Amino acid sequence: MPFIQNTDADRAEMLAAIGVKSVDDLFEQIPAELRLKEALPIDAGLSENELRAEVAELASWNSPLAGAPHSKGSFLGAGLYRHFIPTVVDSLQGRHEFVTAYTPYQPEGSQGTLTVFFEFQTMVAELLGMEIANASMYDGCSAAAEAVIMAANMVRGRDRVVVSRGVHPHTRRTLETYLRWTGIELVEAPLGANGRTELGGLVDDSTCAVLVQNPNTLGVIEDIEGVAKASREAGAVSICSAYPISLGLLKSPGRAGFDIAVADGQSLGNPPAFGGPSFGLFACAQEHVRRMPGRIVGQTVDGEGRRGFALTFQTREQHIRRAKASSNICTNNALIALRGAIYMAAAGPEGLREVAEHCLAKAQYAAKALGDLPGFELPYADSGSFNEFVLRCPIPAAQINRAIDQAGMIGGLDLSRWYPELGDDLLLLAFTELNTREEIDRLVTTLANIAAAAPVA
Amino acid sequence: MRPDDRFYLPSHEWIKINGDTGIIGITDFAVEELSSGNEGDLVYCDLPETGRQLEDGETFGEIESVKAVADLNTPLAGEVIEVNAAIEEHLEIVAEDPWERGWMVKIKLGNKDTSKLLDAAAYEDLLAKQN
Amino acid sequence: MNKDTLLFEKSRPGQRTLRLGKLDVPPADLSALPSAALREKPPLLPEVGELDLVRHYVLLSKKNISITDSFYPLGSCTMKYNPVTNEALVQIPGLADVHPEEDAGRVQGALSVMQRLAEGLAAITGLPGVTLHPAAGAQGELTALLVAHAHFHAQGQHQRDKVLIPDSAHGTNPASATIAGMKAVELKSGPDGLVDLEDLDAKVGDDTAVLMITNPSTLGLFETNIAQICEKVHAAGGLVYMDGANLNAIMGVARPADFGVDMMHINLHKTFSTPHGGGGPGAGPICVTEALERYLPVPRVVEEEGGLRLDYDAPDSIGMLRGWPGNFGVLVRAYAYLRRLGAEGVRRVAENAVLNANYLRAKLREAYHLPFDRVCMHEFVCNTRKQRESGVHALDIAKRLIDLGHHPMTIYFPLVVSEAMMIEPTETESKSTLDAFVEDMLLIAAEAATDPEKLHRAPVTTPVGRLDEGRAVRQPILRYTPAS
Repeated sequence: MPFIQNTDADRAEMLAAIGVKSVDDLFEQIPAELRLKEALPIDAGLSENELRAEVAELASWNSPLAGAPHSKGSFLGAGLYRHFIPTVVDSLQGRHEFVTAYTPYQPEGSQGTLTVFFEFQTMVAELLGMEIANASMYDGCSAAAEAVIMAANMVRGRDRVVVSRGVHPHTRRTLETYLRWTGIELVEAPLGANGRTELGGLVDDSTCAVLVQNPNTLGVIEDIEGVAKASREAGAVSICSAYPISLGLLKSPGRAGFDIAVADGQSLGNPPAFGGPSFGLFACAQEHVRRMPGRIVGQTVDGEGRRGFALTFQTREQHIRRAKASSNICTNNALIALRGAIYMAAAGPEGLREVAEHCLAKAQYAAKALGDLPGFELPYADSGSFNEFVLRCPIPAAQINRAIDQAGMIGGLDLSRWYPELGDDLLLLAFTELNTREEIDRLVTTLANIAAAAPVA
Repeated sequence: MRPDDRFYLPSHEWIKINGDTGIIGITDFAVEELSSGNEGDLVYCDLPETGRQLEDGETFGEIESVKAVADLNTPLAGEVIEVNAAIEEHLEIVAEDPWERGWMVKIKLGNKDTSKLLDAAAYEDLLAKQN
Repeated sequence: MNKDTLLFEKSRPGQRTLRLGKLDVPPADLSALPSAALREKPPLLPEVGELDLVRHYVLLSKKNISITDSFYPLGSCTMKYNPVTNEALVQIPGLADVHPEEDAGRVQGALSVMQRLAEGLAAITGLPGVTLHPAAGAQGELTALLVAHAHFHAQGQHQRDKVLIPDSAHGTNPASATIAGMKAVELKSGPDGLVDLEDLDAKVGDDTAVLMITNPSTLGLFETNIAQICEKVHAAGGLVYMDGANLNAIMGVARPADFGVDMMHINLHKTFSTPHGGGGPGAGPICVTEALERYLPVPRVVEEEGGLRLDYDAPDSIGMLRGWPGNFGVLVRAYAYLRRLGAEGVRRVAENAVLNANYLRAKLREAYHLPFDRVCMHEFVCNTRKQRESGVHALDIAKRLIDLGHHPMTIYFPLVVSEAMMIEPTETESKSTLDAFVEDMLLIAAEAATDPEKLHRAPVTTPVGRLDEGRAVRQPILRYTPAS
């Protein structure tokens, strides 16, 4: 049996020590009528070599975002981005002492994990421009939901949350699901013709929180200082969901005046991996520490005065507060957060800036060439964007994507999937430091050929 | 023998009545439970603002040790008129002297009916039964 | 250099590990962005070269106890061996570099892994409706409670807002109930450690939405009355949710659907060997009866002519609890593990897990008090009653175990046993490891009698000794701050 080391002789010795005749005797607590008489309808087990072959076969049915023969370039982002992952990330995260340890409840034997997270919290707080951060959440969407719940607890007596339509649809859906039975009403702030959030008169004294994403799902750079200000003036808690790589160049939520900042960490050292696992970043001012969800690592000393780290403020958490805990989170996504920490440490401030500049440079190069093509335009060019932008096409975006596919590449997101009200001719294209000039030129040529073939609108 | 100049709740709060004022704190047993041998120093106490109106038995705050947290409930209804600022800075006072210096809030009593509360003897009985 | 420095303390301005190559397009034009949107100051991140970076994390890793170097009997965590094959499999580009918004025809492999894993979980639980969406067990619990809430709401039964939860339950159970907009009501355990049926009778009613039950319980005991418990809850119109954290004890031996359970979650990072990672990622799929399937989260993997695809549109779905389909990397590992086990392997896991736990129980019951001294399932609880006179607590025993080269068992949980020590060896440990652990536990029992101070001082072999956790709260330092 794979992974079970007991031999028949071992089993016999153990049964004798216990004082029963067979293993079946040990299951007597289970009423006979509930014990299975037959094997489960599951295929027989595979050996390691058979398993490897099977999984390789399954993997071959997929077209990854990069690497011929499947793709000679991809432009799909929409919340998951293919960035360069330096080998140190896999190599260091892959150390078994990180992989196979569990939650650091016994701090003396877990100073590795605890130190990692003390440093991680520092990096996240710095990246997001806040005083403190927690040791990670599941992902950006659930982090945003928990931020809204925290905000509702901070501002009692108010029951509306204003959420920009520019926030990722998965985040908005997660919010709806988490808040459904809390009595909190979600109000959506629309996007204007310039692609930015229009709060209008929506933020008032019944608002407990305002949530915006920057850049938003259309790739547009929002006026986040304006949003933070409007929220502050109404006495609401302001929350910003950020894109970590962009923070190499863009102003942080903390600096822009937000109360809480969240983000999805996939872009920090992780492949898209079909959506998960990722990790969530969560940061705020130190005065709110008792309301912040998730695990928190703090610095202290032992009996000899040696510096050490331990989980702290545990009385916020479910294992102590139980029904009164504001969050039920227990196991989070520590190993992926470790990858994020290694990535941020490998990059440093200058490396992060360099990656961001490359992303912006590639996107600007593509935007100029695509915007110049007859029949195509950039509807939100005036608002500014980072590495992702919307392209209006002369024919439906779905057809554009098919043409890109035929050219051996992977296109962007057909925006009508998430924003049907904007029409079916919008394509959301993402560019990272991994897109080569050659790929981008090929994309432009492919679209230019479509423009030439398409009837003039 | 615990002080018999006051009344108790089963949740280990006490109230001492001086005319129209009630002084509220927690018992040594409560402190012991929070700090139960497991490096459980008291670390934080959340107390209400003055002016807040409390009903009989209402939770007005909470007290935490490293590994535990407990609600603080008022035995009788009233308005919070004073909060012990000294313990907010030095929570160890509650552990050192829960009966006098470790008082938590003073209320202007809205209700002086102590019939539902435990007296010292009844509280001792309750503790004996728990063990 | 002091080996205990932080990355920030090793930083040198201008140093870094990650450097990209030459830009092959014109440089970025920052003036195209609103100037107010730009960062004024770089973030304080470490500035270290590659060798220092590598050394730092390698040295940190050596300060951890992990399954791959130590016996790790954390009760209810199922710290079984994490097969190294699985770590290699998730790195295959065809699995690592795929995006859920790619055309469905291009991700049939990823969708197949999900579908096949779901089928395996349905077979093991007997519950056909499976979602792989929740990120962890706690999210699975919340998902199930939201499903229940949606179900009763659709039936017009708005009065059902109570969740009955045994006092021995894991803290996530009542916490999840609160977030799902329901009230947690505690059920007492009887003297046998199981749910007290009289208390259940007194508390179940037409305001009961769900009974959450962990089976085997957190005491490592099978709820023998489970069928009766489910009947009572169903008779009152409620649903039964099984916390599947302890599935390792019964999979292949008994099937939760047969008990009468309507919903349950599975912790893939416990029962299905996916690694614990210092605190995740895990995954908490839930399995439900056919009647409840319509409420499961989206996206779902659906099969149509032409293949599998992700469906985000189920009208009765409770929605999403996180982005994208699920923790795919964790799902791949669980799938690979299940394929290694096969039907027979699944059963052998439970058999050997229960055997190993009972062996330890038999060997330790003289030295340590067992509140429930009978055959256990995959874990058992003992406490320090026999050590009381010496003033030795569960914490001391745990810390001494660290010096002896083991990770401690779970301590002070479940709350229903004072000074609880919950031991779960799992099926992957060999008898030699178990015997070594027994020897060390007996040594500790002897030391408790003759030299308790030694236990109070432990651990002494670790990089730091017992930490002042009170200070960590009273004088919080939650991040590194450079000295000005």
